[in-house]
Amino acid sequence: MSAMDAAQLDEAMTRLAAGGTRVLSRAVSLVENGEPRGLDLLERVYATAPHPWVIGFTGVGGAGKSTLLPRMAAHFAARGEYVAILAVDPSSPITGGAVLGDRIRSTEAPDERIYFRSLATRGGTGGLATCIADVVRLMSAAGRRIVLVETVGAGQSEVAIRDVAHATVVVTAPGLGDEVQAMKAGILEIGTVLAVNKADLPGADEAANTLQHVMALAPGAGHMTEGLNEARDGHPARWFPPVLKVCARSGAGMEALIARLEEHRAFQERSGEYARRNLARDRARMDERLRSLLMERALARARATGVWQTVERRLQAGETDPMRAAREIADAIPIQ
Amino acid sequence: MSETTAGRPIRVVVTKVGLDGHDRGVKVIAQALRDAGMEVVYAGLRRTPEEIARIVLEEDADVLGLSILSGAVVPLTRRTREALDAQGLEDVLLVVGGIVPVESRTELDKLGVKGIFGPGSSLAEIIGYIRDNVPKERAL
Repeated sequence: MSAMDAAQLDEAMTRLAAGGTRVLSRAVSLVENGEPRGLDLLERVYATAPHPWVIGFTGVGGAGKSTLLPRMAAHFAARGEYVAILAVDPSSPITGGAVLGDRIRSTEAPDERIYFRSLATRGGTGGLATCIADVVRLMSAAGRRIVLVETVGAGQSEVAIRDVAHATVVVTAPGLGDEVQAMKAGILEIGTVLAVNKADLPGADEAANTLQHVMALAPGAGHMTEGLNEARDGHPARWFPPVLKVCARSGAGMEALIARLEEHRAFQERSGEYARRNLARDRARMDERLRSLLMERALARARATGVWQTVERRLQAGETDPMRAAREIADAIPIQ
Repeated sequence: MSETTAGRPIRVVVTKVGLDGHDRGVKVIAQALRDAGMEVVYAGLRRTPEEIARIVLEEDADVLGLSILSGAVVPLTRRTREALDAQGLEDVLLVVGGIVPVESRTELDKLGVKGIFGPGSSLAEIIGYIRDNVPKERAL
């Protein structure tokens, strides 16, 4: 599929900015599929769209993430905000297929202000799709400046989400007691807020109490209160993850959860952390793009000069080995 | 490796429309399509045609699979096709599975729905139909 010309790109960007859902959906696919047209579009997107505010959600299956995200999006939408939900599910490493099942809990009526997209991991690690950062930025180009990302929700996804999100909500629920044990290890580092969902069920208070006790025992937790702790005694201002009870199904506690996240964002902006994270993402994207551009150019050069073909023939003839062959080709490409 | 049209997995939304809670069949289909290398968005039960069209639009699906066991297959399919068209999704391949009486087939045919799979259809038949009829190239 060929690249797009400048006029087509202009038109696509205008339609995106105007909030067109069709063009946004197609653009996500182009980016996800790594098509040349997707790259053309991304160059425009990165040049014009700011980083959106990204909130990640993690926690094991059954905690209610798939109910929580649409509910939170509806609360943002009710304030007039345009929101995107990106829900990631695993691809089969064997067939490449996937069942994306995060929409079954969403019972909200269609709302132009909320865009919901399911993404398969397609080989991405850490519970996220490889294209997630690009898709996040694309949402911003479509006027959606709040992006909620739901991870696959098991194992190491908590780590990868930090590279994409400004804040992470760790979701749990009563009756998942063993899960609380498992989360202890890294909980202070990952969670901006710990949400005990299904607060209407028996055991919610106990689950919240257990989490608060665990948090209180974490290193450095002494004398900290939930949320923002202003600088004192030589310590800079710090954030201590609050434990909140919410009920995604009824919406109870959602405004309090959003208020905590906004408080955290203000804290990050004041401390410079918000800008630092954005810059770290830009730098990572620059390096990734640089790698693929250099690779493309170097290979084109090696083929044009015939070095690649010569070495490859020797590899076929058994006169060299793959490691040596690669080094020979690399050495033959001049880098000024 | 994966099922592709232009180097990408085919994306399918499968769901049930209207008041019909029999979801065993649609779940079997979802897994079979996944195992055939497709990305399958399972959108659950009791959806309205408007909700379904919005989901197909947001997910950039190539195919919509409707499971209907309620007996109202013609009106539900017609309303869904209309909802898709209203969103500019004329190119989405609509496939219907479930209980489809013979006289209903003629009516669905008039709606342009050719992929109809009743009891006794094999999974291979359904997968083959989708692969052969999925839209090849879609505009931005």
